[in-house]
Amino acid sequence: MVKPSRSYRVFQGVNGVVLTFVVLVTLYPFANIVARSFSGERQIRAGEVTLWPKGFNLTTYRIVFQDSMFWRNYGNTVFYTVASTVVAMVLTTCYAYVLSKKNLKGRGVLVGIAVFTMFFTGGLIPNYILVTELGLKNSVWAIALPNAISVFNLLVMKAFFESLPTELEEAAQIDGLSTYGILFRVVLPLSKAVVATMVLFYTVSFWNSWFSAFLYMDHSDLMPVTVYLRNLIAGATGGGNAGAGTAELSQVGASIQAVTIVLTALPIICVYPFVQRFFVSGVMLGAVKG
Amino acid sequence: MSTSVKSASPPPSLENLPGAVARPVPRGGWRRALRRDWQLYSLAVLPLLFFLVFRYLPMIGNVIAFRRFEPGGSMFGEDWVGLRYVRMFLSDPTFWQVFRNTLWLGGLTLVFCFPIPIVLALLLNEVRRRSLKRFVQSVSYLPHFLSIVIVAGLTMQMLATDGPVNHALGWFGHDEIRFIQEPDWFRTIYVGSEIWQTAGWGTILYLAALTTIDEDLYEAARIDGANRWRQIWHVTLPGIRPTMVTLLILNVGTFMAVGFEKVLLLYNPLTYPSADVISTYVYRAGVESNSFSYAAAIGLFEAVIGLVLITTANTLSRRTVGTSLW
Repeated sequence: MVKPSRSYRVFQGVNGVVLTFVVLVTLYPFANIVARSFSGERQIRAGEVTLWPKGFNLTTYRIVFQDSMFWRNYGNTVFYTVASTVVAMVLTTCYAYVLSKKNLKGRGVLVGIAVFTMFFTGGLIPNYILVTELGLKNSVWAIALPNAISVFNLLVMKAFFESLPTELEEAAQIDGLSTYGILFRVVLPLSKAVVATMVLFYTVSFWNSWFSAFLYMDHSDLMPVTVYLRNLIAGATGGGNAGAGTAELSQVGASIQAVTIVLTALPIICVYPFVQRFFVSGVMLGAVKG
Repeated sequence: MSTSVKSASPPPSLENLPGAVARPVPRGGWRRALRRDWQLYSLAVLPLLFFLVFRYLPMIGNVIAFRRFEPGGSMFGEDWVGLRYVRMFLSDPTFWQVFRNTLWLGGLTLVFCFPIPIVLALLLNEVRRRSLKRFVQSVSYLPHFLSIVIVAGLTMQMLATDGPVNHALGWFGHDEIRFIQEPDWFRTIYVGSEIWQTAGWGTILYLAALTTIDEDLYEAARIDGANRWRQIWHVTLPGIRPTMVTLLILNVGTFMAVGFEKVLLLYNPLTYPSADVISTYVYRAGVESNSFSYAAAIGLFEAVIGLVLITTANTLSRRTVGTSLW
């Protein structure tokens, strides 16, 4: 091994500094928002809060915890996410399985129908009119149905099914299993990894989504928590419940956004370390032509 | 986790497009195929219904750009009005303003958000300590997993008059800046938050491509006397070129659709002069002001430009560097 040149060692040092900077810049907003959420109103307004809470204060957390709308919206998020993911998984799995059958007549057309929608979509207005005219507004279907198949996920799953050995399915067919039987009792048990990855992909995207609900829901008690947060940062609502004293109100005004951001981001940040690698492998599965 | 990255040449591309390796389709007409594979076809019925209703019907729904539409009436409009709405938006000064803003934001996003992940991936690739590399990767992926609402909220809190950015400006004796209300700051804020959110995650495909580069090529370059820099220039960069080209094509394709949701979350009437883009204008004209036909005409215009852009980029790239999506 050749000894690295002097300039390369300098580069290694600079590289370390740059990457440390990247880590700090990525993490700082989180640290600051957590600090802010626990800080007192005076210190926040004076711009003194950076990394640690100053003038430790839990009033806003108490107010938000008592806000029934916040929890109802959180419940909506869970419900919409579960329902939409179930619908999406059923449709995506079925279609990906069909597309993975290389001998199927008309397969090219079926793939084309899906792939074309990656490059051209109807756009916001026709979609809005469609969902409205179908009478889906103010129901979970307005969120679940228009987003039921992500073509990217579909292609990832198709690539995985194609990589399974065909002998197993042929053997199952000889044993007299129907296509449905093969899918449920042979293919899916072999595909636990990709199914888990797809469930994660859909869950995170539905959990994080806000615009469909914002567009198609008319009442605040139907909103997911992302829209609750959106209304807060857009200044559309004051957040919290009325009936608090003046001191409390100004404390809430100073830190309600930070508290809500922390409470909304918390579930994702908690599961992130465990699911991250599935996302990475899933993306590569979709990206690398096998 | 291991992936099926092959060692040699097949360029990582974003699609598994059909056609290339399909085995010969058995002979016989549709009737025979249906009789043999009806169970498979039955599995495709619901997904096809989805594509038909929620993807292709809205495409056809764009005819209201050329038809008078009445809320509550047919989703395909009442009667033909020709190019009335197209002429209307072409003579609308607000349209040209949002058009310019879209080009600006799209251009800046392309110039900054496309190369930064490449640089970051190259830097990560030079890290010798695996644990350090993994740590930096994990941290930099995190923003990708957060809702865009949270990203917008964080951005606004960082830039608030009592936020840390203004606090830091105070150290230098600078007056506080009302970032969120200033049209002059919007583009910087948008691109900055976009980089913060996407740069880390954007490295994944490049890092995957980097692992596929043959070690022997580096060995050969060393024997030829190439130092580290020349190795990067002559081996590493050509090795990830197909990935770069593929992602560039996709970036060009989404040029016109610049982060609709993020703009919608970050802008406000004060920043419209620089922040309002085609998609947000379409949203306000259609959903908020009920001018559905007018908004659909603009939306269609945007979608067609997007399609033309990605097709052109794809063709150009296939002719010049031999990499393409399809």
